[in-house]
Amino acid sequence: MSKGVAITGMGIISAIGNNVEENYASLVTGNTGISKISKIETNHKDSIMVGEIGFTNQELEQQLGLSSENNYSRTAFLGVIAAKEAIKNAGISDINNYKTGLISATSVGGMDRTEAHYYDYAVDKSTQKYIEGHHAGDSTQKIAEQLGIKQSLVTTISTACSSAANAIMLGARLIKSGQLDRVIVGGADCLSKFTINGFKTLMILSDTYNSPFDEHRKGLNLGEAAAYLVLESDKVVLSENKPVLAYVKGYGNANDAYHQTASSENGDGATLAMQQALKVAELSPKDISYINAHGTATGNNDLSEGRAILRVFENDIPDFSSTKAFTGHTLAAAGAIEAVYSVLALQNNVIYPNLNFKTQMKEFNITPQLEFKEKEQHTIMSNSFGFGGNCSTIIFSKKQ
Amino acid sequence: MKTVYINSVCSISSQKTFDNSEFLDEIIYHEDNLIPVVNPNYKDYISPSESRRMAKGVKMGVAASKIALKDANLDTVDAIITGTGMGCLRDSEKFLGALIDNDEQFLTPTSFIQSTHNTVGGQIALNLQCKGYNFTYVHSSISFESTVLDAKLMLENNEANTILIGGVDEIGDYTAKLHQIINHIKAEKTSTSELLNSKTEGAVFSEGANFFVLSNEKQTSSYAEIIAISTYNTLGNSKISDLAKSFLDENNLDIDAIDMVVLGNNGDVTFDGFYNELSSGLFKNTQQVYYKHLCGEFMTASSFGVWLASKILKTQKLPEIVKLNNLKDSNFKTILLYNQYRGENHSFTLLRKC
Repeated sequence: MSKGVAITGMGIISAIGNNVEENYASLVTGNTGISKISKIETNHKDSIMVGEIGFTNQELEQQLGLSSENNYSRTAFLGVIAAKEAIKNAGISDINNYKTGLISATSVGGMDRTEAHYYDYAVDKSTQKYIEGHHAGDSTQKIAEQLGIKQSLVTTISTACSSAANAIMLGARLIKSGQLDRVIVGGADCLSKFTINGFKTLMILSDTYNSPFDEHRKGLNLGEAAAYLVLESDKVVLSENKPVLAYVKGYGNANDAYHQTASSENGDGATLAMQQALKVAELSPKDISYINAHGTATGNNDLSEGRAILRVFENDIPDFSSTKAFTGHTLAAAGAIEAVYSVLALQNNVIYPNLNFKTQMKEFNITPQLEFKEKEQHTIMSNSFGFGGNCSTIIFSKKQ
Repeated sequence: MKTVYINSVCSISSQKTFDNSEFLDEIIYHEDNLIPVVNPNYKDYISPSESRRMAKGVKMGVAASKIALKDANLDTVDAIITGTGMGCLRDSEKFLGALIDNDEQFLTPTSFIQSTHNTVGGQIALNLQCKGYNFTYVHSSISFESTVLDAKLMLENNEANTILIGGVDEIGDYTAKLHQIINHIKAEKTSTSELLNSKTEGAVFSEGANFFVLSNEKQTSSYAEIIAISTYNTLGNSKISDLAKSFLDENNLDIDAIDMVVLGNNGDVTFDGFYNELSSGLFKNTQQVYYKHLCGEFMTASSFGVWLASKILKTQKLPEIVKLNNLKDSNFKTILLYNQYRGENHSFTLLRKC
C-alpha cells in the first residue's frame, strides 16, 4: 500500500499553449485561447467561438513522426503529444521498469474522422482505416503504444465532462492499493461537428467569449485539449529520489441522479462529490486555499455549482475561479487540463483570474477571483461535472 | 482485504437467458452474421413513457440491472459501474446521420443527449435514485473487465458494500455494415453449431447486457467469489501461455487447480489462435468451455462468459452446448476465463465456488 499519490510529471496541449510552460504563461498574462473556428468546416462558424489548438492534423502527424498510413484521430494526436510531455517531465526513460498503467478519458474518441468519412467509408477504400479508430478505447491504445506500455492495465473512462477527473481518481486508487507503481492519467478530446451541433441543439453554446459565474452568461465555448499526469507511489519516489510536483490528496465521485443533461438546482451530486473528496483527504473545508471550479458558463452549471460550493463551504468560501474562459470547455479532457492548472497554482502560489466576469449573479453573493493573484497555496480543489449526473472532485496538495 | 462475491446475475442475450430460474434449457440456433437478442418484456421493468425515449442499449441495461437487483434482493446499491465498448451506437448514428443529411440544420437534442457513453450508467442511477459512485468504462474488449477490476478494488477496501456492474452494447445497423466491409463481421451467415469451424475472417456479431451485483458480503443467493482479474493492452513479446502461467503464479495456483477454462473464441480464423494455443497447450487436460456461438461477439460479450461461469458454479451443471471437450462434468470449483479481441485487450478472470 502506498500512502501518498505523487504527481511527478505533467503534459498538456490546449488552446492556450502547446506545453505546460506555454499554458502557464497564458494563464499569468490573461491570454485567452477563445476565437472563431478555423479547422472545421461548419455552418455555425460565425455563430460560435471555440478554444482551438493551432496545429493542423498534418503538423501533429509530422511532430510525432508518423507515416501517412496512420489512422489517428485528432483526439489520438493530441493525447500522444501531451502524454509524451508528461513522461519526459517525470524523467522516465524506461517506462516498463515499474508496473505502469495508463488510464485515459475521452468522449469524442475518433468521431472527427467518422464524421469526415461516414458515407465515404462504404465506397472509398482509402478511408476505411479509420473505421476501427472510432471507438473510445482506440486513442488510449495508441497512446500506450507510443509510450511503450506493454502487457499492462490500460483502460478508458467516458463519463462525459467529468471523465478525466475520474481517470485521475482511478489512477490514485490503483497506486494507493499497490496494484500499480506508476500510472499515467488524463484525457483527450478534439473538436468535432458532432459535439458542436450537439451542444448547439441544447442551446448552451455562447456566441461570444464565455463568462463563468456572470449573471448574463450565455453558455459555453467548446474547446479541444489533452493533458496527462504521471502518478507514482511512495516506493518509486523514494527509490528514484524523484522531485514531486504535488500530491493527489482526495477524490470524490457521486451521481446527481436528477436529469440526463441538467444539474439539480441545489447541486446535490456536486455537494456529495466535494464532501467525499474532503473526507478521503481527511481535510475540512477551511483547509482548501483555492477552488478551480467546473464553471462552464452555462446558466444551469454555474448556478448549481455555486449553490453546491455554498453548501459545502457555508460562510467561508475560498478563492475560486473557472479557467474555462481561457480554454473553452474541453469535455472529457477538462478534468486533466484543470489538474495541470491546479498543480501549477500550487507550485507558483497563484490564483488565476475568472475572465469576462462583469455582473454579479443575483441568486447568491459569491464572486469568483477576478484578477491574477499571488497567494500562498497549500490545497486546491478541482471540480468536474458531466452529463449523466456524473460529478467528480479532486483535491491536490503540496504536502503528502 | 475483504472477499468479493457475485451475489446476483442477469443476462439479456441472443439466448433466452433473462429468466434466472432457467439455465440454457432451450437453445436458439442462429444462422446469420448479426444476431438479435431475446428481449424480456421491458414493460415489466420500465414504464412505457420512459421506454419510448430509451435506445436499445439503455433499455437492456436498465432492465438487466433491475433483474440483477431483484435477484440479489436489493432496492439499490452503493455504486454503479458500467462497461460499454461502443456506447450508445444507435443514437450516435441517428444524430450523425441527421447532421450530415441535413447539413447541420433542423437537429433535435434527444439523440445527442442519449449518444454519450455514460447514458446507460446515468439512466440506471436515475432509475434507482442512486447518488453513489458512478463510472463508465469504454475500452474495447476489456470495458467489462475494467468494471470488475474497479468494483473489486472498492469492495476489498470496504469503500462500498454492494456494487452493480454490467457490460452492455447495442447493434448499430450502419456501424455493423462498416464492420462488415472491413471484415470484422463475417461476410457470410454462419450457424451456431459451425462457428468454430467456419475458417473465415471476422465474427458473428450481436448485442446484449449482462449485469451483476457484487458485494463483500456473502448471501444465500451468491453465485461465486471473484478471486482475481487482470487485463493487458498487448501481449508485448510474450505468448498468451506465458501470461496465463504468470497470472496463475501470481494467484498461487497451478494448472491442475483449474477445473474449467471459459474461452472467448468467436470463430475468427485470424485471431482464434490465441484461444487454440491455450486449449491445445496449457489447458489440454482441462475442461474447456466456449460461449460466443450462443451470444455472439460484441465488445462486452465477455460479460456473458462471466454469467455462464457464475451459473455453472452455482448450479454445478455444465450445459452440453458450451463444451469444447469432455473431461469433467461435476465438482467445479475454480474457473479461469480468458478473452481478447483482434489480438489486443486480453483479460484473465478467476472465479471460485462459494
